[in-house]
Amino acid sequence: MANPIALLLREQYSTPVQQRETSKLGMWIFIMTEIMLFGGLFLAFSVYRMSFPQAFVKGSADMSIVLGSINTAVLICSSFTMALAVYSAETGNRRMLTVFLIATMILGLVFLGIKFTEYYQHYLQHEAPAVWFDHTGPDSGHLEMFFVLYFLMTGLHAVHMLVGEGILTAMVIRNHRGSFSADYYTPVEISGLYWHFVDIIWVFLFAIFYVEGLHLHKL
Amino acid sequence: MSTAVETRPALNYLNQETGIRSWLFTLDHKRIGLLYVASITFFFFIGSFYALLMRLSLLEPNGWLFGPGTYNKLFSMHGIIMVWFFLIPSIPTTLGNFFIPMMIGAKDVAFPKLNLLSWYIFMVGGLTTLFAMIHGGVDTGWTFYTPFSTSYSTTWVTTAALGIFIAGFGSILTGLNFIATIHRMRAPGMTWFRLPVFIWSQYATSIILVLATPVLAITLLMIGVERIFQVGIFDPALGGDPVLFQHMFWFYSHPAVYIMILPAMAVISEIIPTFSRKPLFGYEFVVYASMMIAALGFLVWGHHMFVAGQSLYSALTFSFLSYLVAVPSAIKVFNWSATMYKGSVSWDTPMLYAIGFIGLFTVGGMTGLFLAAMGIDVHVTDTYFVVAHFHYIMVGGAVMGYLGGVHYFWPKITGKMYPEGLAKLSALIVFLGFNLTFFPQFILGYMGMPRRYAAYAPEFHTLNVMSTAGASILGIGYLLPLAYFIWAWKYGADAGPNPWRATGLEWQTSSPPPRDNFEETPVVTRPAYDFGGMKEELHLG
Ligand SMILES: [Cu+2]
Repeated sequence: MANPIALLLREQYSTPVQQRETSKLGMWIFIMTEIMLFGGLFLAFSVYRMSFPQAFVKGSADMSIVLGSINTAVLICSSFTMALAVYSAETGNRRMLTVFLIATMILGLVFLGIKFTEYYQHYLQHEAPAVWFDHTGPDSGHLEMFFVLYFLMTGLHAVHMLVGEGILTAMVIRNHRGSFSADYYTPVEISGLYWHFVDIIWVFLFAIFYVEGLHLHKL
Repeated sequence: MSTAVETRPALNYLNQETGIRSWLFTLDHKRIGLLYVASITFFFFIGSFYALLMRLSLLEPNGWLFGPGTYNKLFSMHGIIMVWFFLIPSIPTTLGNFFIPMMIGAKDVAFPKLNLLSWYIFMVGGLTTLFAMIHGGVDTGWTFYTPFSTSYSTTWVTTAALGIFIAGFGSILTGLNFIATIHRMRAPGMTWFRLPVFIWSQYATSIILVLATPVLAITLLMIGVERIFQVGIFDPALGGDPVLFQHMFWFYSHPAVYIMILPAMAVISEIIPTFSRKPLFGYEFVVYASMMIAALGFLVWGHHMFVAGQSLYSALTFSFLSYLVAVPSAIKVFNWSATMYKGSVSWDTPMLYAIGFIGLFTVGGMTGLFLAAMGIDVHVTDTYFVVAHFHYIMVGGAVMGYLGGVHYFWPKITGKMYPEGLAKLSALIVFLGFNLTFFPQFILGYMGMPRRYAAYAPEFHTLNVMSTAGASILGIGYLLPLAYFIWAWKYGADAGPNPWRATGLEWQTSSPPPRDNFEETPVVTRPAYDFGGMKEELHLG
């Protein structure tokens, strides 16, 4: 009788353990790359934050701390459901795996929905550089820089969320086809690594964009 | 040349499957390596063509062929094509792809599909940039300095940058693949310190690829955003900082020099022991030197900005750290020389390239020290001295290493020998042509001829004519191997499994290798370069 695990072992590997460990290592290296990718933007933010402190704090005060906090909570919950999805895969519970993957996807979509609501509000407040930005005053150029970085960084993060949604969709389909079992669930595990990483990036974005100008908020 | 007695197995990676589809959809690391060979050869000759046009125009002080606008485009496109579509991918994606799995005794890289995807990404990037070049070109220089690239240039900056951005992800995925392969796919008994230095050097290169390339990607993305949306990120008129661009660009582009030179060092570290019949002198020092070069490479980018308004103290620090790079580089040069000392040295073509590499790399490295010294750097900034320096590293170093490697590994890749006499002759032509092209540029630069100008003062005429003459000779030196390699692919004499009597695992299998590299997974019991322990049968022939 053919061993179902052996069928899932790609020919370049000699053991399932080697295959699993290699895949995980690959995702960790990819995450290091991603840290450097976002790192460049965090560097630019830090430099301009140091150069134009007043404008950046003012920009931060225009963020919606309520929506930002809700979004942070939503993403942390999605990390929790993702962890439960990996746990379900590990214990071979295919039904719960689908449930938690879909829950994670829904939370991700809620996050994106709220994010685009915020973008729209900034647009209405004429805080969308290149599209509709009109602020006057001595700081207006620097304020625009703040919003350029805001849209660039949260936008790049949102793109990563969308990619995550795509990956999780693929996982749901593969699980539906019965690809995963307690013996083989590496793709779920490394998708989880990616999802957690994207969540962590958001925590930093929340800190630099929303919390900075908190003391100026008229709640 | 030893002729193998044993007959070649009928099936190997080249003839197991045939047809164009078997190449375009292959997951075999060896075939993907050859796809890269074809692609980068194509880009190399395009880049060389631009260089040829520039050198022709500089035959006369007034730049008789091209005006400043066209000339700006020529050197920009020469740099962009050569750096990103030839030098960066050159050795890792070709020889690295082919030989990393073979040297560690694996069937393939860790992620074969990702490997093929990397090639497609590279090609999409390359063709995008080529499209920008055909439709009008770029005039910013390969460095894309702001605010010229973002606010003033009216050429195809965004498209060219997009192509480089895309190709960057091919680099990242290649690096990722190699790191995972070297960590997890080694044959039983292949411990870290039994790895050939080739592997260590590729490992160091891959780390740079994975950590530095994303910074270039995000920098180019910011350039694109600034150009497309007309917002100020680097534009000083809107409060942006053009020097921030330089920091981010060189944070990638200095380590990128090591992406080019470390793989060349990898090749040299294989060639020298083989043709000296001695283990590599101070193996562990060479290994640590590779890792040290990779690490220090991230800490020296500021030496490109001594005249760009950085603080004196950071300039001093960057100057000191740049000097430090000389230490591991010198360790390598010393250890290669010590390997040859009292070895039984033979003068086959790969060895000629290796020895040429050592000499030219040393000149390039030493003049790098001139440029790391702030006083001299200010004097020669933006002159031909800088041009000569980095061509000694990139052409004298990286390209010589690549050519040496292609000759060394050719018998394994194709199972055929190339014509040795002609190969020796062309190695000599390359060496002479190269020095005649670039040595006069040191003098020109020191005398004050600025780089990137379409015309020059009459007193520089003689040296410029020498340089152009050298470039023509160098061109012949590059065309000759192209011709005889194509010839040898079909008509070369049979090479046998191990024509150089080398020790690596890659030589213990047939040439060309079978699809899975080895008939059965090898078990390693000896250190690298163990010539004493080599089985005597291999010497017969
Ligand atoms: Cu440098």
